[in-house]
Amino acid sequence: MSEQLKVKTMEQFMAEGKQPEILFWVGSAGSYDDRAKKISRAFVKLLNKANVDFAVLGPEESSTGDVAKRAGNEFLFQMQAMMNIELLNGYEIKRIVTCDPHSFNTLKNEYPGLGGKYDVIHHTQYLKELLDSGRLVVEGSEYKGKRITFHDPCYLGRANNVYEAPREVLKKTNADLVEMKRHKQTALCCGAGGAQMFKEPEKGDMDINILRTKDALETKPNIIATGCPYCNTMMTDGIKAHEKEDTVTVLDVAELLANSL
Amino acid sequence: MHYLPNIIFALALVVGVGFFVRNIKKLTRNIKLGKAVDVSNDKSTRLKNMTRIALGQSKMVVRPVAGFLHVIVYVGFIIINIEVLEIIIDGLFGTHRIFAFMGGFYDFLIGSFEILAFLVIVAVVIFWLRRNVIRIQRFLKPEMKGWPKKDGNLILYIELVLMFLFLTMNAVDLQLQELGAAHYVKAGAYPISQFIAPLFDSVGESTLVIFERTAWWLHILGILFFLNYLYYSKHLHILLAFPNTYYGRVNPQGEFSNLDAVTKEVKLMMDPSADPFAATTEEPEGEPEKFGASDVMDLNWVQLLNAYTCTECGRCTSECPANQTGKKLSPRKIMMDTRDRLEEVGANIDANNGEFVPDGKQLLDDYITKEELWACTTCNACVQACPVSIDPLSIIVEMRRYLVMEQSAAPMELNNMMSNIENNGAPWPYNQMDRLNWVNE
Repeated sequence: MSEQLKVKTMEQFMAEGKQPEILFWVGSAGSYDDRAKKISRAFVKLLNKANVDFAVLGPEESSTGDVAKRAGNEFLFQMQAMMNIELLNGYEIKRIVTCDPHSFNTLKNEYPGLGGKYDVIHHTQYLKELLDSGRLVVEGSEYKGKRITFHDPCYLGRANNVYEAPREVLKKTNADLVEMKRHKQTALCCGAGGAQMFKEPEKGDMDINILRTKDALETKPNIIATGCPYCNTMMTDGIKAHEKEDTVTVLDVAELLANSL
Repeated sequence: MHYLPNIIFALALVVGVGFFVRNIKKLTRNIKLGKAVDVSNDKSTRLKNMTRIALGQSKMVVRPVAGFLHVIVYVGFIIINIEVLEIIIDGLFGTHRIFAFMGGFYDFLIGSFEILAFLVIVAVVIFWLRRNVIRIQRFLKPEMKGWPKKDGNLILYIELVLMFLFLTMNAVDLQLQELGAAHYVKAGAYPISQFIAPLFDSVGESTLVIFERTAWWLHILGILFFLNYLYYSKHLHILLAFPNTYYGRVNPQGEFSNLDAVTKEVKLMMDPSADPFAATTEEPEGEPEKFGASDVMDLNWVQLLNAYTCTECGRCTSECPANQTGKKLSPRKIMMDTRDRLEEVGANIDANNGEFVPDGKQLLDDYITKEELWACTTCNACVQACPVSIDPLSIIVEMRRYLVMEQSAAPMELNNMMSNIENNGAPWPYNQMDRLNWVNE
């Protein structure tokens, strides 16, 4: 991608004496993971297009500690949380959007008890807002006639009951939305949650992402949509294992929308 | 001598109920071995949850076949128990069908009990077939071998016998009513037992009375037996589903508790004005608080209530991604292990005059292995699936906390991930100053 993105840090906003509309919490995956970085870029492209006055923390951002908490390291989680809260409260942040359901969940549900109270939304919810208010308008028909199936991330769906926002956004791309047999409340995990992303799975007869991509492939999709950088990795690997990478692609809801404008 | 049956009945009732109360007390004591947890918030949501999930069976019907059959047995159980009230009054005062004066309404009641009893028999037979003939996967998992399988079938047999006794009692009563036998008032409607009654056509009146009394006695004694069987079986859910759904989660499922003990320490560490030496003098006497759980006493009481409430239906396990892919983890086993260990601890306390004497065992390793705990993706599928708001995930996380914070026993890759977060604020070994590089790539 060569397109120049407009991204300002909170530090710059402060220097100008201004407050952003919203803080984009990029998250560790969105900052460092090669695949997830593309999602961050697609989302920012949309924010730029909608003229959203947003900020990022940049080098001041640090891991939410979510993955440490799921692994059982409450100590490390709270250290991270308190550092982040000090920073966020110092900047008087009111509203946060993130492309990572894990960051979304912990910022929204677990930070308030430690003194960090913000209005936290997932990027699919924010994109729906931008579409509803007319700040973003879909003009292209890149995905017309294409079959898209949405894989519910556990920390967006079951954990926080957000099922409709990503689907509403996907509908705007004019694609044919097809559901897997297990979706929404009964969606199967991609296998990355609970710190599994960072370790080898326990002994078993199959990897979870293989099973989940099997669910997805049963819908005969052109595209598997996700709303989570970790699900994206797992589903992409799963597609490769099923040797379907030539016919099926895995894309984030933000990428699908960015390509549709 | 005339009052002998009344006295025997009263005695049976006192023994049956007394034993039940004793077991409930033991149950409550065991649950209270758990840590305190604040459940005072959001009473209206809690009431709504209990009404919808336990009373209204809302999560049972997610699986329509089992759900529908369960609703029949559940409604049958509750409604037919109105009949028990009459039986108790009759038994204590030597009356017969004391509610017969209600006339048409009584006919309606008895008639509906009979139809429900018949439906319960049908449902119970299908349940038995599902467990033993159709061999539905979730009833065949390794943790279901032995007693849990027997327990499941035994409950079905007891229910079957009770329903047959109830219908036989009515059938013979109907015969006696038609013979105009003394004490057998003409009352009630018998839509089902009228088909059993012809079996007793050639039986004389005095023998019929013996049959009727035998069925009546066996039925009520059977109920008292079943009441006391509950504590030793997975069937406690018929009582505990109500408190369990009330005390169950009201926060989003993704929200894990923040450990207060950790918060105190972290705040102290981060407070620049804190005197590192002052902290030691403020430390309360006794053992420092343990992080996480290695045994049942480290869990909170709602988690222990969860364990007693579990009826081993296995919906959690059948939805678990780890279990579906052949890993050792089974959320149902987590609950069964917790209960088994809690019972063991309870028995230990009973044997040692109310004091727990360390037995060299614990929930971790002796019941639940590390392999099971590390296989969890924390996806909440088990929590979502449970028809009575049990949260196996919270126990898994509490035990991981013990492994990581007390034993430093996380898998090596996770230790690497965590030291990356400590050193550079991300689970990968990248420089924090490069966090914004993606913008220009």
